[in-house]
Amino acid sequence: MADIVFLIPLMPLLGFTILFITLGNLPKPLVGLVGVGSIAISAIVVLLVGLEFLSLQEPQAYSVSLYTWMNLGGFTPKVSFYIDGLTLTMMFVITGVGLLIHIYSALFMYDDDDYSRFFSYMNLFVSAMLVLVLADNLLLLFVGWEGVGLCSYLLVGFWHFDSNNGAAARKAFVVTRIGDTAMALGMFLLFLHLGTLDFQPMAHKAAVLWQPGDSTITIACLLLVGGAVGKSAQLPLQTWLPDAMAGPTPVSALIHAATMVTAGVYLIARTHGLFLLAPTALLVVAIIGAITLLMAAFTAMTQTDIKRILAYSTISQIGYMFLALGVGAWSSAIFHLMTHAFFKALLFLGAGAVIYSLHHEHNIFRMGGLRKKMPVAFWSFLIGSAALAALPLTSGYFSKDAILISAFQQPDFGIWFWGAGILGALLTAIYSFRLFFIVFFGEMKTEPEQPAGWLMAGPLVILCLLAAAGGWLVVPVSDVFPVAGAIDHSGLVPLVTTSIPVVGVIIAYLIFLRHSFDVQPMLDSAAGQLLIRFWFSHWGMDWLYNRMIVKPYVTVTQFNKRDVVDSLYQFIAETILLAHDFVTTSQTGQMRTYAVVMVAGLVVIFAIFVGLFTGVQP
Amino acid sequence: MTVIAIMVVLFLGGIIAWLSEAWNKDWPKWVAVGTCVIAGVVLLPLVYQADSLIAFSDADSSTWIELYEYPWIPRFGIHILFGLDGLSLLMVGLTIFLGFVAVVSSWDEIEKSPGFFQFNILWTLAGVVGVFTSLDMFLFFFFWEVMLIPMYLLIAIWGHENRSYASMKFFLFTQLSGLVMLIAILALVILNGADSGVLTFNYFELMKHQLSPDVSYWIMWGFFVAFVVKLPGFPFHSWLPDAHTQAPTAASVLLAGILLKTGAYGLLRFTIPLFPEAALQIANIAMTLGVIGIIYGAMLAFAQTDFKRLVAYSSISHMGFVLVGLYAWNELSIQGSVIQMVAHGLSTAALFMTAGAIQHRLHTRDTRDMGGLWHDMPRMGAVAMFFMVASLGMPGLGNFVGEILVLFGTFKVNPPIAVAASIGLITGAVYALIAMQRVFQGERKLTRNLRDFGVREMTAMIPLMILLIFLGVYPQPIFDLISPALSNLYSTSVNQIPWIGGLK
Repeated sequence: MADIVFLIPLMPLLGFTILFITLGNLPKPLVGLVGVGSIAISAIVVLLVGLEFLSLQEPQAYSVSLYTWMNLGGFTPKVSFYIDGLTLTMMFVITGVGLLIHIYSALFMYDDDDYSRFFSYMNLFVSAMLVLVLADNLLLLFVGWEGVGLCSYLLVGFWHFDSNNGAAARKAFVVTRIGDTAMALGMFLLFLHLGTLDFQPMAHKAAVLWQPGDSTITIACLLLVGGAVGKSAQLPLQTWLPDAMAGPTPVSALIHAATMVTAGVYLIARTHGLFLLAPTALLVVAIIGAITLLMAAFTAMTQTDIKRILAYSTISQIGYMFLALGVGAWSSAIFHLMTHAFFKALLFLGAGAVIYSLHHEHNIFRMGGLRKKMPVAFWSFLIGSAALAALPLTSGYFSKDAILISAFQQPDFGIWFWGAGILGALLTAIYSFRLFFIVFFGEMKTEPEQPAGWLMAGPLVILCLLAAAGGWLVVPVSDVFPVAGAIDHSGLVPLVTTSIPVVGVIIAYLIFLRHSFDVQPMLDSAAGQLLIRFWFSHWGMDWLYNRMIVKPYVTVTQFNKRDVVDSLYQFIAETILLAHDFVTTSQTGQMRTYAVVMVAGLVVIFAIFVGLFTGVQP
Repeated sequence: MTVIAIMVVLFLGGIIAWLSEAWNKDWPKWVAVGTCVIAGVVLLPLVYQADSLIAFSDADSSTWIELYEYPWIPRFGIHILFGLDGLSLLMVGLTIFLGFVAVVSSWDEIEKSPGFFQFNILWTLAGVVGVFTSLDMFLFFFFWEVMLIPMYLLIAIWGHENRSYASMKFFLFTQLSGLVMLIAILALVILNGADSGVLTFNYFELMKHQLSPDVSYWIMWGFFVAFVVKLPGFPFHSWLPDAHTQAPTAASVLLAGILLKTGAYGLLRFTIPLFPEAALQIANIAMTLGVIGIIYGAMLAFAQTDFKRLVAYSSISHMGFVLVGLYAWNELSIQGSVIQMVAHGLSTAALFMTAGAIQHRLHTRDTRDMGGLWHDMPRMGAVAMFFMVASLGMPGLGNFVGEILVLFGTFKVNPPIAVAASIGLITGAVYALIAMQRVFQGERKLTRNLRDFGVREMTAMIPLMILLIFLGVYPQPIFDLISPALSNLYSTSVNQIPWIGGLK
């Protein structure tokens, strides 16, 4: 099967090429066929490759080399793919969830004029994402990395006639590019010292070259983290993700929930051999994860836009993955990545169905009572929210539980990480069921129309199954990562970990459905208002960045719009012109002036000569 | 003989184009296209020879595909000495190709004396081919001037509203820098003659004798300044935005695509090999100027409201990478610089063609009057998006290979410079995306029905796109083509200057 691996990213690329070249001149059904079909073929190949890999007694990771991209001066990055359990897991998610979302989009986007452009971007995205996870070296990974960034930009700004969407798209690209640049620097540093960018040799050489805790590898890893926090929307670069919800909802499901935003998690997992040499960097990853998951959870509590709530919950859930990576629970992080892809894609697609039926209504307070009218969306949200909140036996439960217990076992700050995770879990349960109760119960505020067809319902049903039962799947990554310590399931900690989400759901139930507590006075109080505004703005980060970076940059560039350097040359030119004018004025054409000046000049010269020869100083 | 044949074709083609105007106004452009095609056909066999040369490059130390010499003014040691190695071949190929693109891009733009217009285009090309192949300093200087004057005329006669200012500025900057170079050439030749007793303008002879460090240091500055003005590097860049903005589309394409590259080529062919030690002394200064150019150009590009001006400033930013890479002086960075030169030539040429096409349709270059053009012209929008994305360094396209190699190479030698240059990746994205927004996205400001790119425009654009993808996906043939030409460079520098080779 190794010789058909190249088809996996090639098929979507081919789909993109066809749609790009025809530039919207194909009939819509054909566009849908190309767009969905390319992903389907790719998914089948992934399935074949994966089944063959997993059917072996002892699965062996292998590389498939296509060609040498560049070969100069000892720099020999290849276009070469690496297949192991981690890559396979990622590919299952990308092509599996990707295929479902493409099928869903075939209907969801059908009325859009730019149907073809949409699928061309989506296909390009899937191709780039597959290159990202298949890459055998950091530079090729970077190709996919930038590629998904580009597609994210193109798709967030898909409806580009609205300038706000364009601004959101640019923000997404530029903010992540800041991270990418850090990552590129990390790449330069690693290449300088290791002389290779291939993942496996890199890890071996690094282990020989550096002692754990060496400052060079720590810096290199922190630079990689810079890339990871950009792509995965973690502190301090998470501000782009909520705005990225301006894109069509399937885009949010695929790119900004299931796949691209988890690329940072994948990057750190893929280079775990390096990170193990840099405990400080790992600690930083864990701290970033813990802080981000809390910040985003608080913000999600205050949002009213259904997609923004989900966006903040994505940031928060990726925070859990970072926490897991930071405490060395590698496979738990990947496990959560997978289950999160299931339930978050489900939630986004469910939200898409709601938005689709309510004519682009995003505000949850203008929804309500949709339980009866939209049963598929209702069940989707019920199962998705339960998994998101990590209620027992859902997929999210298995993965998040493992992360929290691993966090507790972290030797230095375990109790803190666990505490943050538990608080986050409580908040997650509250905000996800706040959304659920408000949208699907109570009185109906907007009448749903346009029931979603089976093309939209089918993927939702499959994702419901995955989100509910995905916890029993096993991610085949045991050979990829170092063996983690056994998880201790006895004692009070696991019990608390398991029960907290249930408490959260009960709180949400009491507040938002039963209205047992009147929280309104508390919210209306000055302190409450202040806090809500603060959280709503995501802790004022946008404000801060605008003030610190955007405004100064715009001011400086506007100030220098006409280029100060040029004014130097202008000055020279004008001085010469001035001198010219000055000299010209002496040319009066009057004989007597010339005579006077001539005589005066002669007198001066004569005086000088006299002075010189007689020794009298003038 | 091929080089001379190409130049003869271009010179003659220019004259024929001019004369043909008398019969029919449409003939000159056909003559010009035909001339470019013939020149390309003449060049083709060399590409195969280059292949064989690479195969034998280990056995035979000669890196020259073609090299010939005729006496011109033997009394002063002036010869007609043309040489073509992989680097020259690449640049000559780019010149002819972009010449073709430039002619096609301004197909119905020129009303006023089209014959003389095509004459100037072709003579510029001929001059540039001479610059890329001359190995006699006098001959080089001669062609340096030959390419300047027709370009001046192109801007001065067919330019836009502020053309006399822009063309004069272009002329003064280039003339003054040419004067500096002439002084440097004469100083080099005379001092060299005093040392060795033989007066010669021959590149190889001049390279053999090293002058005293002090003298070569100052002469090196003369060459450096002349070429950096052309590049253009900070702080000598300010002629470029005016010239680019005012020039007709075809001239902008030639300026950005080829003429700027003569500056980089000069640094690589003359300044560094003739004065390796002196060049090394100023390596950090040169790299710093490059970095300032990268960021300064990008910041200025961001602020512009004139589309052509924006692209012009982006050129300054991209050529900054070239300067950094040349002076970081290792295989990665120099190969990266050359790739960047080619890729920038292709992508910027396309962007200027787009800007020209918009101006042709809207009669404005002001981005504040644009917006939402994608609606009317989706093909143009998609093409512009492609080249903007290329110019911000998207992997898979040529510009990325250039920039990333420059950064890899520079990081080896001087990490702070590499870090600063990397900021250009961010600022580059900022201006490229804001340009797309202002021009093609957002609400539609004009409801006129605008004509989208047709067959003719796409004929010019598609080869550019294919070449950029090719450069990005499989740049190895280019590396192989130019590496024999560059290998001497490393051997001289690495042997003489321990610290560059010594840095691991």
